[in-house]
Amino acid sequence: MAEVTAPARRLAIITGLPSLPWLWAAAGVVTLVASCAIAVLTGPVHIAPATVFGALFGATVDPGQANILWSLRFPRVVLGLLVGGMLAIAGAAYQGVFRNPLADPYLLGAAAGANLGATLAIAFAPGTSVIGVNVVPLAAFAGAGAAVAGAYMLGQTVTGARSTIGLILAGVAIAAFFNAIQIYIQQAQTGSIRQVYSWILGRLTTAGWDGVLLVLPYVLLSVGVIFLHRRLLDALTLGDDEVSNLGISVRRVRLIVVVAATLGTAAVVAVGGTIAFVGLIIPHTIRLLAGRSYRVVIPLSLLFGAGFLVLADTAARTMLAPAEVPIGVITAFVGAPFFIAVMRSTRVSAL
Amino acid sequence: MSDVSLRGLAIAYEGRTVVEGLDVEVAEGEWLSLIGPNGAGKTSVLRAIANLVPFQGDVRVGGRAVTGLGARALARQVALLVQEPEMPARMTVAHYVLLGRSAHLGYLGREGPGDRRIVGETLELLALDGLAGRTLDRLSGGERQRVAIARALAQQASVLLIDEPTSSLDVGRQQAVLELIDQLRGDQRLTVVSAMHDLTLAGQYADRLALMVGGRLVAVGTPAEILTESAIAEIYRARVRVVEMNGSGHAVVPVRK
Repeated sequence: MAEVTAPARRLAIITGLPSLPWLWAAAGVVTLVASCAIAVLTGPVHIAPATVFGALFGATVDPGQANILWSLRFPRVVLGLLVGGMLAIAGAAYQGVFRNPLADPYLLGAAAGANLGATLAIAFAPGTSVIGVNVVPLAAFAGAGAAVAGAYMLGQTVTGARSTIGLILAGVAIAAFFNAIQIYIQQAQTGSIRQVYSWILGRLTTAGWDGVLLVLPYVLLSVGVIFLHRRLLDALTLGDDEVSNLGISVRRVRLIVVVAATLGTAAVVAVGGTIAFVGLIIPHTIRLLAGRSYRVVIPLSLLFGAGFLVLADTAARTMLAPAEVPIGVITAFVGAPFFIAVMRSTRVSAL
Repeated sequence: MSDVSLRGLAIAYEGRTVVEGLDVEVAEGEWLSLIGPNGAGKTSVLRAIANLVPFQGDVRVGGRAVTGLGARALARQVALLVQEPEMPARMTVAHYVLLGRSAHLGYLGREGPGDRRIVGETLELLALDGLAGRTLDRLSGGERQRVAIARALAQQASVLLIDEPTSSLDVGRQQAVLELIDQLRGDQRLTVVSAMHDLTLAGQYADRLALMVGGRLVAVGTPAEILTESAIAEIYRARVRVVEMNGSGHAVVPVRK
């Protein structure tokens, strides 16, 4: 086909092209920094902002306080950022590839799968490693992958690829099934029950820098891959024939993005435990406020998800101090009503 | 410019044959319309040309087998306008048209200034530049069809496949859309293959008609050759009068029994 000819003056800006709204991006960065500041400054021991700056930039500060910051508060905040950003971005990615507004790492059974995989590894192969990598996160990934694949295939055979409810019901069924097996193994193998519990409840509290190092490579890889698929996730909102006719393989995009999102999810479930609804609340709020293009949703989910989880974690450890509320309780308390609201509104507008 | 060649095309879905032994050639710049009763296999033929459905036989675009071209290479040759395009409610017109550029980008590629320029020009060409920032759920039926055409044009393919372009439009918008396609065919040197229900409109706009019944090609020819009262009576089981209108084709008018 010959070039479409038109006067050169049209080289001016075309309205309506997708772009990241810089105001929202700035708001995301501010939220992130503010959440981190609140989290670092909150705790049973009062630490002044000046001390935090001093500790960060190498000035001499009280060694006791420096120790609290470096071994307790900083790693916990960094871990919260990784877990929150990852869960939010994974939720957005699942929603995109499954074209399902209710897709969420937790609802698809990824967390249950990761728990089952980890329990099996802890109970039957404690301390094993494969080419230098601890087998527990690998087993968690395999379990999460099996759960997501199972939920997808089951949902597709029962109600068709585009049914919102079918996929979620399948995810819930898979999660219940995996939970049952996991609890059975956990009770049967009393020797490892404490280790299993500490895995499932999450270890944001105690994970420290080891936890950060454990999840960081997976999160970086997963986030990187999902970021690169922003344009393709937008294209996937068209019908199957139309996407294929654009030269895009729906299956390939879906496979790569699901593997990436599941890998990241399994890793953060390993340190964060079962944290529900972050992958639902954050992307949907962004869609409502800032825009629906994945070029907007993906980067902003990362920023706001990270900030949100750090705040939720701060709430979790201060509300009943000195006891800690599991962070999943906080996110579910906010997230469950939100889930119902999304479910009600999706009758009006799908993704 | 490209031509489309179908030889011995056979398509089966789950063991059920929907198209059988179909041979037809479409010349460069020609408009061929598939006509035929419901279930004749018209849409399946279009999907085969876009390589969206497994088939037997030989389907060539510009002399090359569609199964041998990569997905993106084929997308740069053939643009398909499905009957009911999926239009994400909150997507803007410009963003939707921009998706047409995917065929020209690598798997993880991003659109450049050239792609944005083509989107701008396409929008202007179809008089959609005023709607660029509007979301798809706020368009009228005629605007939606124009936007869908714009997306296909941004793909810059030489063959345009159109499935029932007028099915949900009123008579004025039907005419407007078909006039637009015909005009683009001339300006952009497109080869057009359409599937159409409306025999009168098909006859008025297409150069040739290919009449299909139950998956088989019954006749190919000019509208005057195909649109005969006896053929329509036999194939559609409909009683019609075919009226020749001075120089502007034939009108197929149903007559009450």
